[in-house]
Amino acid sequence: MSEEPTVAGGAIAALEVQPAWERRHVLDLDDFTRPEIEIVMETTDAMKEVLGREVPRVPALRGKTIVTLFYEASTRTRASFELAAKALGADVINVAASDSSVQKGESLYDTVRTLQAVGAQILVIRHGSSGAPYLVARRVEMNVVNGGDGWHAHPTQGLLDLYTMRSHLGDLRGKRVVIIGDIAHSRVARSNLWGLATLGAEIVVCAPPTLLPYGMRPDGSPPEEPLALPPVIVETDLDRALEGADVVMALRLQLERMASGLLPSLREYARLYQVNEERLARARPGALVMHPGPMNEGVEISSAVARSLQSAIEEQVTNGVAVRMAVLYLLARGKP
Amino acid sequence: MFPVPGVGGRGMNGRTVLTAEDVRRAVGRIAHEIVERNRNLDDVVLVGMRTRGVPLASRLAAAIQEFESAQGRVPVGALDIGLYRDDIPAMELRPQIRPTELPTDIHGKRVVLVDDVLCTGRSIRAALDALIDFGRPASIQLAVLVDRGHRELPIRPDYVGKNIPTASNEDVQVLLEETDGRDEVVVIPALSEVEGQVEGER
Repeated sequence: MSEEPTVAGGAIAALEVQPAWERRHVLDLDDFTRPEIEIVMETTDAMKEVLGREVPRVPALRGKTIVTLFYEASTRTRASFELAAKALGADVINVAASDSSVQKGESLYDTVRTLQAVGAQILVIRHGSSGAPYLVARRVEMNVVNGGDGWHAHPTQGLLDLYTMRSHLGDLRGKRVVIIGDIAHSRVARSNLWGLATLGAEIVVCAPPTLLPYGMRPDGSPPEEPLALPPVIVETDLDRALEGADVVMALRLQLERMASGLLPSLREYARLYQVNEERLARARPGALVMHPGPMNEGVEISSAVARSLQSAIEEQVTNGVAVRMAVLYLLARGKP
Repeated sequence: MFPVPGVGGRGMNGRTVLTAEDVRRAVGRIAHEIVERNRNLDDVVLVGMRTRGVPLASRLAAAIQEFESAQGRVPVGALDIGLYRDDIPAMELRPQIRPTELPTDIHGKRVVLVDDVLCTGRSIRAALDALIDFGRPASIQLAVLVDRGHRELPIRPDYVGKNIPTASNEDVQVLLEETDGRDEVVVIPALSEVEGQVEGER
């Protein structure tokens, strides 16, 4: 075609050619493109408006059934998905593995097949084994959302963290985001790393060497084998890590790490890695403080910082419902 | 070469049915009719349906203010019906939804809903559901720039800029300065005809 299209208002023309949402499952953020993240963020804006209404309910997913299947304990994630589904008018069935046929020895595959057979369109699954949602997604017709699998991924938490950061900082390109704590065992950290890398943030991870993912070197030397994570700056000194930070994200310290000998004592961890007011002074003024919850106040974060004006921790929870509405809506309305 | 619609941008290859001047007159006329029917403009709210109903609603508000210089500007809102539609999967791969922004509580108000093109009436059905979720207006009226027929629901506009009879496989596209860089309404011929012409040129 020789003719050059003459379109007035190039910005609008560009909007109209944005790629479609063709994703059937949300399993991790490692394969999300920037436009896909943008679609989720934009849809989340609309969902926040719905949640701000007197009656926060729309009929977008009326007649759809969403199942949450949780093999691990969870309060906020499960409740957040349930609220999201209900705000969209969907029916929700909550299945906890502890009181289902799983107790009778039913396999994961049989359980999800049963849920599909009773008419569920979207399955939200949390499982202790990394990769379990992938196994399920390959073998069912339902749309699958990973609600957390082992140490591997927690994509909706990653998306809500990105949304929270963007609503305060705008474009994340070049913004310094410091993630502190048990990176090695954190699915939240991993999903955040992928999302932040795609959006072009400068990522710093800070942890004692024993809590860094295998292959991530504190001295900055390249790993022996290619690391299945995006490139980050690794720091073991919290003060250096926080220098000039735009976002400070503390992770929950799982107390069982003490038992497994990765840390000498809680007190020592708190002394070296707790985000407190004094340390936070090294970050940029007004830097955003985040935590995926549940918090151990006085361990990875001081109470004063968790409750300060800089803290977006409660906002993360609110945004979580809106982001999950966006994800459920996009999956339910996408290509069948 | 015959450019295929959708490649050259919105409005390309269409037959012009309203010029910029026609659009201006139509908006002025609708504004007059709104004033006539709603003597007291105090409790009137104009609500534009995204995308192009919103700039149209703003233009109507500006025109009303011009005629009725004594009164203040009629409030204008933006309504997104994405979460109320029943036809998205068939229509587009990318469901784009944006926040609804209403300037005031619509309870007890006379709402004038504004859209660019009225066709089946399904969007309006969705808009009514969406509006009523925000409160109980005293009344809802409907203003459209173009009515192209083909109604599938018992919905009737109160104000029409122009009736344009069309074939059901044609497409009417409204272009506005604010969203498309120019004011014009075009009828795009049925896709099969265009394909035929492209085929013929090979």
